[in-house]
Amino acid sequence: MKKIRVSLRVNGRIFTLETDPNRRLIDVLREDLNFTGVKEGCGIGECGACTVLMNGKPVNSCLVLIGQAEGSEVVTIEGLKGKNGELHPLQEAFIEAGAVQCGYCIPGMILSAEALLQNNPHPTEDLIKEAISGNLCRCTGYRQIIDAVKIASKKIARKE
Amino acid sequence: MAGEKDKAKQIERSVPRVDAEEKISGKAQYIADLKLEGMLHAKTLRSTRSRAKITSIDIPNLPEGYFIVDKNDVPGQNRVKMIENDWPFFAEDEVNFYGEPILLVVGPERGEIGKILSSITVHYEDMEPVLTMEEAEEKGDCYFAEYSFSNGDPEKAFKEAYRIIEDSYSTGYQEHAYLEPQGMIGVYENGKITVYGSLQCPYYVKPALVQGFGWEDDRIRVVQTTTGGGFGGKEEYPSVIAGHAAFAAYKTGKPVKLIYDRKEDIETTTKRHPSVIRFRTALDRDNRITGMEVDIRLNAGAYTGLSNVVLQRAMFCCTGVYNIPDVRVMGKTIATNTVPCGALRGFGAPQAIFAIEMHIHNLAVMLGENPVEYKIKHLAGRGDRTVTGGFYREEIKLEEMLEKALDMGGYGDVSVFGSHLNQGGNEKYRGFGVSFFLHGGGFTGSGERDVIKGKVALKRRKDGKVEIMVSSVEMGQGPQTTLRKIVASTLGLPMTEILYENPDTDRVPDSGPTVASRTAMVVGFLLQGAAEELKNRWEEEDEIDVVKEYHHPDYVKWDQDAFRGDAYPAYSWGVNIAEVELDSLTYQVNVKGVWGVYDVGRPIDELIVRGQMEGGIVQGLGYAVTENLVITDGRVLQNSLTDYIIPTSRDVPGLLKVDFVDNPYEYGPGGAKGAGEIPHDGIAPAVAAAVQNALGFPIKKIPITPEYLKEVAENAFTIRS
Ligand code: FES
Ligand code: FES
Repeated sequence: MKKIRVSLRVNGRIFTLETDPNRRLIDVLREDLNFTGVKEGCGIGECGACTVLMNGKPVNSCLVLIGQAEGSEVVTIEGLKGKNGELHPLQEAFIEAGAVQCGYCIPGMILSAEALLQNNPHPTEDLIKEAISGNLCRCTGYRQIIDAVKIASKKIARKE
Repeated sequence: MAGEKDKAKQIERSVPRVDAEEKISGKAQYIADLKLEGMLHAKTLRSTRSRAKITSIDIPNLPEGYFIVDKNDVPGQNRVKMIENDWPFFAEDEVNFYGEPILLVVGPERGEIGKILSSITVHYEDMEPVLTMEEAEEKGDCYFAEYSFSNGDPEKAFKEAYRIIEDSYSTGYQEHAYLEPQGMIGVYENGKITVYGSLQCPYYVKPALVQGFGWEDDRIRVVQTTTGGGFGGKEEYPSVIAGHAAFAAYKTGKPVKLIYDRKEDIETTTKRHPSVIRFRTALDRDNRITGMEVDIRLNAGAYTGLSNVVLQRAMFCCTGVYNIPDVRVMGKTIATNTVPCGALRGFGAPQAIFAIEMHIHNLAVMLGENPVEYKIKHLAGRGDRTVTGGFYREEIKLEEMLEKALDMGGYGDVSVFGSHLNQGGNEKYRGFGVSFFLHGGGFTGSGERDVIKGKVALKRRKDGKVEIMVSSVEMGQGPQTTLRKIVASTLGLPMTEILYENPDTDRVPDSGPTVASRTAMVVGFLLQGAAEELKNRWEEEDEIDVVKEYHHPDYVKWDQDAFRGDAYPAYSWGVNIAEVELDSLTYQVNVKGVWGVYDVGRPIDELIVRGQMEGGIVQGLGYAVTENLVITDGRVLQNSLTDYIIPTSRDVPGLLKVDFVDNPYEYGPGGAKGAGEIPHDGIAPAVAAAVQNALGFPIKKIPITPEYLKEVAENAFTIRS
């Protein structure tokens, strides 16, 4: 198979690589660039564990062929930080609310929530539920996760 | 005194979870994240028949560096050590279920492995499969186990009965759907096998490998990696995958990684047992229940696995929270040519509790009584006998708990649960239901004493830090935090002084498997004892090792052959209220509210235990309503997360509230009893009672799908007209 050349920015850094065109963004992120915070739970767009931000929007990185990521700006959980490099308010809030159990859904969950808060810093409970509805969690029952997003929203408001 | 109690209750106060930071930052390394030098990948070739002889297998010439690993590569016994020895690592001459592993293809590139797999042909000689419990019983000779026991004098109760009511309930499969699929890495180095993986029970995997290799203990090592959910699915099944990865590593001399994809995980790993539970109940003139016969059938699938123990737990809780003096209980595990069933949160209790709760509910409805009041009349109390003739020794606070739940939900009294409200032509039907339930903590019967014999150690290192040495794993349920907290609070040290690594069988003793709601209660109590001893010896110089072994509380008396006595040392209790709305045309069930009040002794960490309760409730809601998994012609039809529907954030009831009553247990650390499983036990019957309340006809089956409701509605209609 003829390789293609792809260049993308991940967590602020530019990466250029030659790779098979049938590889998915998740494969490149996990295997080549070692961003293993991107999780694979199904590989077919059903669980949201592989969620990353691509040009600010949450996408299932298992559904993106690497060629489609050319020139894009990708943020994985490893790239999420607070303004001065400390924990991001969402991360702090997830700890505070006890919203983390096995953790497998959490990177994707936090990134979906981040995309929501970027657009709407004060979402209603329904909007929160909507925003994370593509991110399955089998452990928490979602209640503490929803609480965490609310706490984060308040934290962000306080910091602004 | 009040001060004392406040101090004791401090343990409930939540602290930040120890494992949270690595999980929110993406640093936690799950099995799929690990890369080892020279590592190969593996994929499993599986049976496409439910029952057949394998006559031959055509394997193409393999490219350099690729291998086949099959039954001939198992150095020891080709049997996965569980309770019976009937489950092969790789199929031998015969396959017994669709999806049974036959061989592995191993090599450096996953694409190439896929190509090789699709060019292999297995030739079968088909045999007649047995696909359902009914078929199996018709053909006969199909029981892995047949048990029965009785308490009191059931014969007399039925002879003297004023009337006798018969009734039957059934429950479906359930898939664990942990978000992290199963996976293992096997490594062979210097004559020793090490397996890393996502698992609940390091000391189940180890003996399975010892038997599979036929080697001495010290040549096998098992290390747990951060585990993305288990729910019982990573209790016995990981032994199968660990064997595969280890045999492949042994053959190839390279590390081998074997990660399941979601489809194969759903299709071929264990499921919750489908059940059929029948009742024959004797009533006296005052409608009081005097005797009961309960007959439980579980579909075990192709191999025994843990099915017989699951059946025992179902039998030991089949009369629920009720005091029924004269009882006879029968149970069977039935072999079929389908995927083996196994452990799933609740372990037989969710099936039995659904059945008994709905049975009592329906008796009440039939007798024209309010179901909640009728249940309350029969509740067991302290000192009453359990179904196996043991005793309830703790105070049973169910009535107080019901009051609390009613308050939380804004129900003044229990009248709304009585009559169904929707005789009119409303588009939306509303309904309300209540369930009462219990869960025995720890292993069934004498298991803790005679089988598990849990052992823990604490090590005070030279630098003053204390390390917890147990084989219990963190899989999301919180022991990294709660066990540390127990040790830290006993020693009066900050939690940061306490270490606790993921278990490695070369380093830690066998504190038992991470199952049966036993980790906080049983392992935690041993650790509390060890910490007390360490505290007394603190002034000693050098390293200190304290080892504690399990001792059965003296009061527990149990006869495993007769199934007689105290099946569990202590019980946790729960009350659920569910409120549903139903669309009168589509019969879609929408759960609007759930209130849960629990007696788990005393929660070790309020936030963690609340997370267990909420997570268990939502998982139980899936079991009750949407998680429909059907095997047709031997194949799992819903083999993706699109077809097998677990709850999403949108399915969480707008009103979901959890609370606790304080009832500290003497033999639990800080007063704790089991907590992990109970939330899953009671939700299905609460929802079913609510649906029944809304529609006015009996619900006898879960999941409560729209198709099922339509069917019942039509039948109900025909009978009435
Ligand atoms: S792994 Fe991409 S959605 Fe599940
Ligand atoms: S925390 Fe386990 S899946 Fe969400």
